[in-house]
Amino acid sequence: MSTVAAPRSKRPSTRPAQVQPTASTAAGRSQRRTARTLLSALAVVVAVLWVFPIYWMVNSAFQPVSALQSPDPAWLPVGGTISNVRQVVNDGTFWAAMRVSLSVVVIVLVAALVFAFFAALAVSRFRFRGRKSFILTILVVQMIPAEGLFISQYAVLDSWGLVNRAAGLALVYTAAILPFTIWMLRGFVAGVPIELEEAAMVDGLSRTGAFFRITFPLLAPGLVASGVYGFLQAWNEYTLALVVMTEPAQRTLPLWLQGLLEANRATDWGVVMAGSAIIAIPVIVFFLFVQGKMTSGLVSGAVKG
Amino acid sequence: MAASAPTAAARPPARRRPRLGAYGLLLPASVVIAVALGYPLVRQFVLSFQEFGLKQQFGAPPEWVGLQNYTDLLTDSYVWTVIARSIAFCLVNAALTMLIGVALAVLMERVARAARMTLQVALLLAWGTPVLASMTVWQWLFDTQYGVINWTLVHVFGLEQFDRHSWIVQPLSFYLVATVIVVWMSVPFVAFSVYAGLLQVPNETMEAAQLDGASPRQRFWNITIPMIRPVLTIVLLLQIIWDLKVFTQIYTLQRAGAPTRETNLLGTLIYSMSKDFGQAGALATIMLVITLALTGFYIRKMLKEDEL
Repeated sequence: MSTVAAPRSKRPSTRPAQVQPTASTAAGRSQRRTARTLLSALAVVVAVLWVFPIYWMVNSAFQPVSALQSPDPAWLPVGGTISNVRQVVNDGTFWAAMRVSLSVVVIVLVAALVFAFFAALAVSRFRFRGRKSFILTILVVQMIPAEGLFISQYAVLDSWGLVNRAAGLALVYTAAILPFTIWMLRGFVAGVPIELEEAAMVDGLSRTGAFFRITFPLLAPGLVASGVYGFLQAWNEYTLALVVMTEPAQRTLPLWLQGLLEANRATDWGVVMAGSAIIAIPVIVFFLFVQGKMTSGLVSGAVKG
Repeated sequence: MAASAPTAAARPPARRRPRLGAYGLLLPASVVIAVALGYPLVRQFVLSFQEFGLKQQFGAPPEWVGLQNYTDLLTDSYVWTVIARSIAFCLVNAALTMLIGVALAVLMERVARAARMTLQVALLLAWGTPVLASMTVWQWLFDTQYGVINWTLVHVFGLEQFDRHSWIVQPLSFYLVATVIVVWMSVPFVAFSVYAGLLQVPNETMEAAQLDGASPRQRFWNITIPMIRPVLTIVLLLQIIWDLKVFTQIYTLQRAGAPTRETNLLGTLIYSMSKDFGQAGALATIMLVITLALTGFYIRKMLKEDEL
C-alpha cells in the first residue's frame, strides 16, 4: 500500500523500478528531460505568437507616422512618441463615449449582481416547484443566438422609446449576462455549507443575521468574479451597441473605436492603436486578476451541474 | 468527477421556509430575462409571419403574410449559400479552436513551470483584449501596405507575391483572416477550461493505469479524455454556438473594404436586412433552428447526464 501511495505527488519518473525498469534508468530520464525541454520551448514559441498582436498594438501606439509607414517595421518603441496617446486623450468624443460606456456598465453591474444573487440564492437554498425548470431555462437561454435577436430587440426597445438610451442598452445587456451570472453564483452559494449558518443560529444569530455575517463574506469572491465578468461583457460588447446606439452622441467606447479606425485607416494607424490600447489595457489588467475564478466557476458549473 | 461527487452539499436542503420567499427572489431576474430576451424572441417569431418594412416602422399596421417571408428566403439560392457558408465557417472554426485549445491544455500540463506561466499569461492577454481592440490590431497586422504580416512573408519567407497583398478582397482569403482572428480569440477559453479539467483527473487513477502497463497514449485516450468529457462537451457546444452567430469580426472586416455580398454570414445578412423586420425575423428564426440542429444532440445528452 505504502509503495503505491508514496510516489503519488511526484513525477512518474520516480515510480517503483520493478514495474518498468527502463523508465528509471539514466537514459530514460534524460530522454524525458529532453522531451520536456523541447515542449517547454514549444510553449514559449506559442506564447510569443499569441501575444504578438497585443505587443504590436502597444508598440504601434508609441510610433510616429513616419516609423509606421517606413519600408521596414519599427519593432521596438525606441525613440517613440506619446503624441498618439495625447491625441486620443484630448479628443472630446473619446470622453463622451467613455461617459456612455460607464453609465451602461454601472447600471448593468448593479442590476445583474443583485438580481443574479437573489436568483442564485433561491435555486441553491430553497426547494420549490419550478426550480428545475428555472435552471433549465437558464441553461437554454444561454444557447439562444443573441446575434439573431438583435432586430427584434431593437424593435422592442424602439417601441418603448429606449433606443439611444443607456438604460435601454443596459437592459438588453443585463438580460444577456444574467443567465451565466446566476449559473456561476449558484456554484458559489452551494459551496458554502448550510451547516455554517445553522451553527451560527444555534449560537443565537437570527437567520438574516447568520446569512449576512457568515455566508455573505464567504461569497465575496464569487460576487467579485461575477461582477468582473459582467463588467467585461458590457464594456466590450459591440453588436447590440451598434444596433441600439445609432446616434453619434450615444456611442459606447467600442463604437467610438470603430469610428476612429474608419477615420484614420491608411493614414494614421498610430492613433488607432493608441485608442485600442487605452481601451484594452485597463480591461486586460482587470481580467488578469479574476480570470481564475471565472474559469473555475464555469467549469464547476459544467462538471458538477 | 466520481471522486469529488458531492453528497449533501449539492442537494439543496429540503427546509421548511415560506415558499413565496423563493419566488420573490427569482422575480427580478426572471422579469429582466423575460422582458429583454423572452419577449423579443416571441416578437421575432411573430414578426417573421408579417410584412414589416419601413412603412410599418413608421406606424402603418403590420400585415399578416403567413409563410411568405420563409418561402421568400428559402427559395433564394443566395440565402442557401450564406447558410452553407455559415455552417462551414462554424464547423471549421470550432474544430480548429478545440484542437488547438486541447493541445495547448495538454502542453501546459507537461512543460516546466516557467514555460507554463509564460504561455498562460500570453493566452490570458489575448483572452482579455476587447473584441474591437483585437479586430483593430489584426486589421493593422494584415494591412495591405504597411502590415507586418505582408512584410514578414516578403522579407523573411521571400514570397514576393505578398508585396501589397490585400487579404480581404478574395472571399476565401477573407475567411482565412477571419478564422485566424476568431481562433486566436477563442483558444484561450478552451485551453484554460480543458486545463482546469485535466487538473481534476486524479493522479491515483493515472498511476494505477500505469502500473497495469497502459502506455501514455492509452492513458490519454482511455482515461484522460473520458474523464474530461463533460468539460469538452460544454466547451465544444459553446464554440459551435458562438461561431455560428459570429458577427463583430465579419462585420468589421467587411467595413475594412471587403465585398459584402461575397463574404456575408448569417449574422451580417440578418443585420443587412434591418429595413425589413419581417424578413430579418424569419432569417433569425431559421438561424435559431440551425443552432438547435447543430447543438440539440449535445444539449439532450448533457441534460440526461446532469443532475440539476
